[in-house]
Amino acid sequence: MSEKEIKNLEAIFEARIARDEKIEPKDWMPEKYRQTHIRQISQHAHSEVVGMLPEGNWITRAPSLRRKAALLAKVQDEAGHGLYLYSACETLGISRDELYEQLHSGKAKYSSIFNYPTVTWADMGAIGWLVDGAAIINQVPLCNTSFGPYARAMVRVCKEESFHQRQGYEIMLTLCKGTPEQKAMAQDALNRWWWPSLMMLGPTDAASVHTEQSMKWKLKRKTNDELRQQFIDQTVPQADLLGLTIPDPDLKFNEKTGHYDFGAIDWDEFWQVVKGHGPCNKERMNARVSAWENGAWVRDAAMAYAEKQENKKVAKAS
Amino acid sequence: MKNENLYNYILGIADNSLILGQRLGELCGHGPNLETDIAMTNINLDLIGQARSYYQYAGKLTGQDKSEDDIAFLRLEREYRNVLLVEQPNTHFGYVMVRQFLFDMFHFMLMEKLQHSKDETLVAIANKGIKEVSYHKRFSSDWIKRLGDGTAESNAKIQEAINDLWRFTDEFFQLTEADKAMVEVGIGVDVSKLKEDYYKKVSEVLEEATLQTPENKYFTKGGKEGLHTEHMGYILAELQYMQRTFPNMTW
Ligand SMILES: [Fe+2]
Ligand SMILES: [Fe+2]
Ligand SMILES: [Fe+2]
Repeated sequence: MSEKEIKNLEAIFEARIARDEKIEPKDWMPEKYRQTHIRQISQHAHSEVVGMLPEGNWITRAPSLRRKAALLAKVQDEAGHGLYLYSACETLGISRDELYEQLHSGKAKYSSIFNYPTVTWADMGAIGWLVDGAAIINQVPLCNTSFGPYARAMVRVCKEESFHQRQGYEIMLTLCKGTPEQKAMAQDALNRWWWPSLMMLGPTDAASVHTEQSMKWKLKRKTNDELRQQFIDQTVPQADLLGLTIPDPDLKFNEKTGHYDFGAIDWDEFWQVVKGHGPCNKERMNARVSAWENGAWVRDAAMAYAEKQENKKVAKAS
Repeated sequence: MKNENLYNYILGIADNSLILGQRLGELCGHGPNLETDIAMTNINLDLIGQARSYYQYAGKLTGQDKSEDDIAFLRLEREYRNVLLVEQPNTHFGYVMVRQFLFDMFHFMLMEKLQHSKDETLVAIANKGIKEVSYHKRFSSDWIKRLGDGTAESNAKIQEAINDLWRFTDEFFQLTEADKAMVEVGIGVDVSKLKEDYYKKVSEVLEEATLQTPENKYFTKGGKEGLHTEHMGYILAELQYMQRTFPNMTW
């Protein structure tokens, strides 16, 4: 293809996105679009799968059978999200094994929030409320993103995430209506998860590398700082309703802007965790890598068996 | 308690689902791939759902307004009635699947018979349960075939698990005093009568999977009488952790 032809295709492509048309896997797309989408969708898929670990940590210790079942179902939903997202990513011409390889080698990232430990039952509430809450704010705009398979996966994912958020909030509410010990457990969880949740909305706009291109492709519709403000404005009244205190002495409603002002985020901590030095980075990667390695003989056996069955069928037919 | 035998009979069934679910709960997020993880979580959810129905029923029988959680979480180890098989550890995926398969084959036969119990509540639970368990049985049998007739390595691993877990199978067919009393009044299932058919059906699957049915004639038992393996205490330590640390609270 000549350079002129490529330019022409690119112009048609950008115009389609501008008209809000969906790009499908078989359509022509610029290489950069493909690579950016592989990066973002796989990062999202990895986050779902690594995200199963901190909550999975409480399945055997859930305080009631009802909570145990709900937690299992939630972690299972996250596995399902991982599955749709890996499938969406595979339509861009990369295999699931390659994607796992990128995760296990540390080449691909996942959401840093999952590198924090879950140390009490209240963390199951705080994660649902805050982490799924922040994820929804990040993800609702993606239901209209330009790449069809990603947009469709996000519609399903967002529905379930909002269910998770309500469920998490309900765990917090139960704790806050409970004994002083339970309420203290809820407050402690909020203290630990608040700042990492704010960091989930991404680095400040000034430090964010991908925003401009992503806006054009509708991978992003609002900046990180706008999303963060939206999250805070939505969450503060919910904390009030629980009777919990957000661990930020500078948090204050600003009559002029109609938004909450908030204190400085510790971006050093953010970058430390992103770079692999958070409290559980090593444990999370070890868990994923050992699940994969310990499962190798099982996957090999399943493949060998399927081949044998196929051969039997062929032998019968001939 | 007026219905003590029925209460104990119900726990003998319910505790199997609870403790196997507890073991499966350790695996969530650690499976060989996402599809298996999701499928095994489904099985776990079914088991917990069944356990809840049984405990709710048992709670009513106590006459003291005991909740499902009181019964599930607040007993002493010697009061849990599950068979020893379901408390065995997740040594590797082969053990997980063999444990599941050996249990599912029995569980299915039990549910089939329980559908004809004279107790309406148990019939209702069994009617719902049998659909779930027939899926579990298909899932675990398929895996036994895949792993048995997969690679030389998988065949060896799964055979190791079968040989190791086989000694726990005979316990399914033992009757406790409560079981006998319930069989007598037409509520309980006479599990001793399921034995022959069980070993026949299990062997058929093993044969198709190119695996050996163990010749072992030495079996171990005790779970149904509340005498468990050393694993049980640790299972309960996790299961009961919250309820024991924070008694009498709502979650
Ligand atoms: Fe998500
Ligand atoms: Fe998710
Ligand atoms: Fe979620």
